[in-house]
Amino acid sequence: MKTLTLSFTLNGVPTSVAIDPAERLLDTLRYSLGLTGTKEGCGEGECGACTVYLDGLPVNSCLVPTYQVRGRSVETVEALDPRALTPFEGAGATQCGACTPGVVMTAMWVSAHRELLGTHTIRELMAGNLCRCTGYDGIADSIRAVLGERA
Amino acid sequence: MQRREGLAKLTGRERYVDDLPLENFLWGMTVRSPAPRGRIAAVRFAREVDWSQFVVVDHRDVPRSNVVALIEQDQPVLAAGYVRHMHEPVLLVAHPSRDEARRAARAITVVVEPEPAVLDFRVPPRPDQIQYEPDNVLKRLKIEKGDVERALREAPVVVEGVYETGAQEHVYLETQGMIAWLEDDVLVVKGSMQCPYYVLTALKHALGRDESRVRVIQTPTGGGFGGKEEYPSTIALHAALLALKAGRPVKLIYDRPEDMAATTKRHPSQVRHRTGLSADGRLLAQDIEVLLDGGAYATLSPVVLSRGLIHAAGPYSCENVRIRGRVMFTNAVPFGAFRGFGAPQTLFACERHMDVIARTLGLDPVELRRRNLIRDGQSTATGQVIRDGTDRVAVLERALALSGFREKQRAHAAFNAAERTRRRGIGLATFYHGAGFTGGGEAHLSSRLQVAGRADGRVEVLSANIEMGQGTLTVFTQIAAERLGLATDDVVIGEADTARVPNSGPTVASRTTMVVGRLIERAADDLRRRLGLDERARGAVVKEAIRRWHREHPAVGAQHAAPLLGEAVYERPPGISWDEERYRGDAYGAFAWAAYVAEVEVDLRTSVTRVIDFVAVQEVGKVVNETLARGQIQGGVVQGIGWALMEECKFKDGGMINNQLTNYLIPTADDVPPIRVAFLENPYPHGAQGAKGLGELPIDGPAPAIVNAVAAATGADPRMIPLTPERLMELLNEGAGVRQPAPVNAECGVRNAE
Repeated sequence: MKTLTLSFTLNGVPTSVAIDPAERLLDTLRYSLGLTGTKEGCGEGECGACTVYLDGLPVNSCLVPTYQVRGRSVETVEALDPRALTPFEGAGATQCGACTPGVVMTAMWVSAHRELLGTHTIRELMAGNLCRCTGYDGIADSIRAVLGERA
Repeated sequence: MQRREGLAKLTGRERYVDDLPLENFLWGMTVRSPAPRGRIAAVRFAREVDWSQFVVVDHRDVPRSNVVALIEQDQPVLAAGYVRHMHEPVLLVAHPSRDEARRAARAITVVVEPEPAVLDFRVPPRPDQIQYEPDNVLKRLKIEKGDVERALREAPVVVEGVYETGAQEHVYLETQGMIAWLEDDVLVVKGSMQCPYYVLTALKHALGRDESRVRVIQTPTGGGFGGKEEYPSTIALHAALLALKAGRPVKLIYDRPEDMAATTKRHPSQVRHRTGLSADGRLLAQDIEVLLDGGAYATLSPVVLSRGLIHAAGPYSCENVRIRGRVMFTNAVPFGAFRGFGAPQTLFACERHMDVIARTLGLDPVELRRRNLIRDGQSTATGQVIRDGTDRVAVLERALALSGFREKQRAHAAFNAAERTRRRGIGLATFYHGAGFTGGGEAHLSSRLQVAGRADGRVEVLSANIEMGQGTLTVFTQIAAERLGLATDDVVIGEADTARVPNSGPTVASRTTMVVGRLIERAADDLRRRLGLDERARGAVVKEAIRRWHREHPAVGAQHAAPLLGEAVYERPPGISWDEERYRGDAYGAFAWAAYVAEVEVDLRTSVTRVIDFVAVQEVGKVVNETLARGQIQGGVVQGIGWALMEECKFKDGGMINNQLTNYLIPTADDVPPIRVAFLENPYPHGAQGAKGLGELPIDGPAPAIVNAVAAATGADPRMIPLTPERLMELLNEGAGVRQPAPVNAECGVRNAE
């Protein structure tokens, strides 16, 4: 039962939505707000296909109860600038595409936080996003391209 | 050319089945068997639920025939009074709320009177376990060449070995799902699938509808790997039955645990080799016995066995070969199609056995392979004479050079002598994979494809072959554009909608680019003929001729009486013949050839094996799209690394109990090294642009290369995969080279060999 109404910022826009108190953010985004770019892969925080930014940090939206985002900022793959994604297109970062929105969300966050690469490898930082198609080389190469490094 | 739908996928705009807008629909849920075998004594509906709010379907609601039509007509759409495996579908429920539907499904109890289940495919069944007359063998096949018994008697050396592989879960990232609704009297089913016409056949058969009253449309499919070859027919039927009864659209989407518990997996296998050799390591006789676990219904097991047997002797020349195979019925969730289709299992055994032979004879594994690799003019086990002009030794040499095989062997000797807790090793596998349907399969399919000319001068490819990540949309665009000299923007790939596209066959068996792509070329040629153009006409000339045709043949209403279509039907390449009765002849139009090298590091404290370098060299005919082809190889190799080292299906009563990604582990980016890929190209004259199939090839080689590397690193002699740390630790504790059976774990689908 959708007994709770809450407000938050979604992709920069103030948003109100009625929810079931037990609802997952993933389902609110997909089924109430029509933002189907965020995917469900496992439902338990293992695969990363449902990655969104919560107050600027990547989280698995299948593990976030929607009521927790009250008053906070949520960004989904729909908010990304498609022009920033060209390196992913050329390097074979996507095949079936089911993991891709989550991969792209984590990858763009990593490339916006290059300081992490001082202590972690790209592959370590991407280990929370499972991909069954690419073998990860296309993804790692794309991130290097985004960072302006040689693949 | 870049992936056609790439940007849509990257931005999240691509709409998969669960993303499609749907109005006024019900969520479907499945009620499943709680036991591996027995009579359904009762179905109890909890009293506290108001059942009038739900649509409930059981086997009595199947209009015509309670069968999921496939090779054998043995699998019910919904169990009718009797169950043969855990999680077998028994009832369906639907409700506007997903949560309510889920709760209702849990409030239905299926009571089963248990009967003796058969759960270990390697143990001969007791009489009370026989469920497939007379001996629980679902399919038996034999390939014979020369005189194996005599050759084994006369051989100076005979080496034997038994090898086992476990089940593997596909883990396509998009779980399975379908939506179904009635449009006037036409049943429309849309969803994630590899084979729209398989689904159509199953719907027609069970529902008693002809083609004018049922329509199947594929939605963008988030991975398949064979897992969406046969199983989608079952989900489509379930969604359809609920929609027909409810009179409203129904959406049936599996979550991950349900998908992993209920759908097919790779067949577990046990393969025995008895090999006769000369003292210098020439193969004189190969006697091979293959046993597969089929699970509770035949699904595609007969053809999985067939492909497995044909690949079982490896890419080697041997005059005396006998390969016998059986698929065993068990009360496990049915095993089915998975990338490689039986070949990865038999090639694991073959290629691990080659290293066992080398160690037994004191030969170099590389030299043993080099000596026996098939040369042009020599024949395979089925008597297929290979004369494609590919230099298979050169494929091997390239892999050795690229991986620095010899240098690394020397470096590892020094490393292993100096290190206390780590061991490094390098291993090799040489192998092959036949592209397209086996034997007479392609001729039997008789695939048909059309290329239409549209009023704006563009062409549209009409085929039933689908995109599931492997690149069909892109490669088909390239092939049509190249054939007609058009820009890629002038090519449209039609939606795989059975109401619109002819049956160009299933999207399986590494056949799409090679076989179906060739049909595009021929249909494009036919279109040009229909336009009155000669074969040199390209580009603007073709476009203008199409536009002119439309000006001269204005449409009446929305439809042309005779639309502008080029068409092609599969034709067997000349010189190919296959004897299904004796299992002799040309099993495949073409083989792709490969040599893979894995370098591993084993941590002796944890027994964890890490692949630290991987080189994949293959000859696949002409590469049509380098980025996509490389992606297929890299993804296949990583899936193979998972199968070799970490992916273990744990079974209890024939049902998977680690059916979630928390405890069924697939490789992450951090578990694998960069996969170094090289292609050698020897164009195949009967494939599109000279291409051969390559999608399945890369799953065949990693497991044996990796296990051979672990053997080289540690001195252990592993014979089964997945070679998990637990299993390797047991081998290492027993002492290098000494093989003992692992403790028998009745809950586990596989055990150690010997």
